[in-house]
Amino acid sequence: MSVQNLRVHRGHTLALDDVTLETPAGRVTAVVGGDGAGKTTLLEAMVGLVTVDSGTVDTPPRSRIGYMPSGAGSWNDLTVDENVSFVGGSYGLSTDEVARRAEELLGRANLLDARDRLAGRLSGGMRQKLGFCLAMLHQPELLVLDEPSTGVDPVSRVELWRLISEAAAAGTAVVLATTYLDEAERAGWVLVLERGKDLLSGSPDEVVASCPGVVVETDAPVHPDLSWRSGEHFREWWPDGPPDGDRPADLTLEDVSIVASLREGMKA
Amino acid sequence: MTALIEARGLTQRFGDFTAVDDVSLHVDAGEVVGLLGANGAGKTTTIRMLLGLARPTAGEALLDGSPPTRQSRRRLGYVPQGLGLYAELTVSENLAFAAQAFGCAPAQLDGALADEADSLVASLPLGLRRQLAFLCALQHSPDVLVLDEPTSGVEPLARARLWDRIRSQADSGVGVLVTTHYMQEARQCDRLLLMSDGRLVAQGSEQDIVDGTRTVAVHADDWARLFEVLSTAGMAVNLAGRDVRVIDPDEERLRTALEQAGITATVTEVAPTIEERMTMLARG
Repeated sequence: MSVQNLRVHRGHTLALDDVTLETPAGRVTAVVGGDGAGKTTLLEAMVGLVTVDSGTVDTPPRSRIGYMPSGAGSWNDLTVDENVSFVGGSYGLSTDEVARRAEELLGRANLLDARDRLAGRLSGGMRQKLGFCLAMLHQPELLVLDEPSTGVDPVSRVELWRLISEAAAAGTAVVLATTYLDEAERAGWVLVLERGKDLLSGSPDEVVASCPGVVVETDAPVHPDLSWRSGEHFREWWPDGPPDGDRPADLTLEDVSIVASLREGMKA
Repeated sequence: MTALIEARGLTQRFGDFTAVDDVSLHVDAGEVVGLLGANGAGKTTTIRMLLGLARPTAGEALLDGSPPTRQSRRRLGYVPQGLGLYAELTVSENLAFAAQAFGCAPAQLDGALADEADSLVASLPLGLRRQLAFLCALQHSPDVLVLDEPTSGVEPLARARLWDRIRSQADSGVGVLVTTHYMQEARQCDRLLLMSDGRLVAQGSEQDIVDGTRTVAVHADDWARLFEVLSTAGMAVNLAGRDVRVIDPDEERLRTALEQAGITATVTEVAPTIEERMTMLARG
């Protein structure tokens, strides 16, 4: 499963510009980037919801993809059980099959006690977990989650990650979008998007190792435009190497992503 | 020195439900204090009482030593989670409206916001809307800044720039209280407070917050099977890359689970995260 050299326009904006991503079975792939980076467009292209200008989309048919749009993907005026039957029916699952899958998935998501509650009355974290269960109901080969953890509190976030990890461990290819780099560090593969371009990709360690130039920790940054705060200190990026005596800092994905954005800004 | 914001035994009950239970805290000039907690922990109710938007059932909320009044609230700048902007007004109209409410001159727009001065807020990307909400809260030069999840949904560089602004406000003497869910943001704070079930359960540095929680990373060739085995054994597990993280592991149970499944694994102590501490608090 992959997308290759994707170009997609949304209106007059080039939303994806030559983006390539492989999504093998059993791996969690994180697509990272801010507002307008192209995360949603990429996920929608994988699911077949947007028309691509050029490039190839090699993903399973829609009936074998589970998709959770940002903002949950459940119906607020239906109960948890009604959501499950509705989505199960739309995939053509038998009543027995829906009941069996619901029991298993809602159980793992700790939602069994909430079956009769309206989805609109659930907490943010519970609603996202319901969205996850709905997307997994038909045992898809490819699971596509658009910002599943945005606005979700830390406890539900850990639970959601447990569900995601279990799905991957059982062989599902998982692709998710997030704005949080600490989350991306848990994934097996990371793609950093900015303004439709893939700035970086690889395993979290590879992406960190690929950082161009040198980042140092300092209390007195020389170039404000190329520095940012990190706890009590600053980090500063030196594209052509630092002055003598400054030691390179231990980098996180967050730092590397900031450097990628700074470099992109310099080119523009 | 009087604290800019102070809570003494702050309590809020709704019927039988105690949303905030005997919380005491303070924010001094020039410091950034992070308020952490899961949904329902009582963070927002605490903030509403501190801002004078809700009356405490017991205890008191003080702004510069006195209960907040309409007048003293002028010294506050507040950016709610929903940003509190008017979507059907333009950028400069929003700024003028907030300035008038506080009786100050509207701030100068600069950078990308200046280019969008006449655009409706509804048409702006989230990052710019956040910048505008900040400007609206800061233009009357408040002494105290209260921010409810200020950078939710913002990409790393923009988030770093917002934190530059927060820190420079603190450097100029403003006291900042900020709620967040995220570790990276918590690290930008001078001091942290952790709430759970309406109570303040830990405070201090990141180390103080995670104190008492232990996490190990378990590594084996077949991570998928490892994850399934430990998860089935009822442990609090999470995936980090191809390592399985186990929170507060029962050594005996961990060893037995690995042995029974015939998995050869390495177990390494790792630093627990704030999320992991909160997960264990929620498990009780």
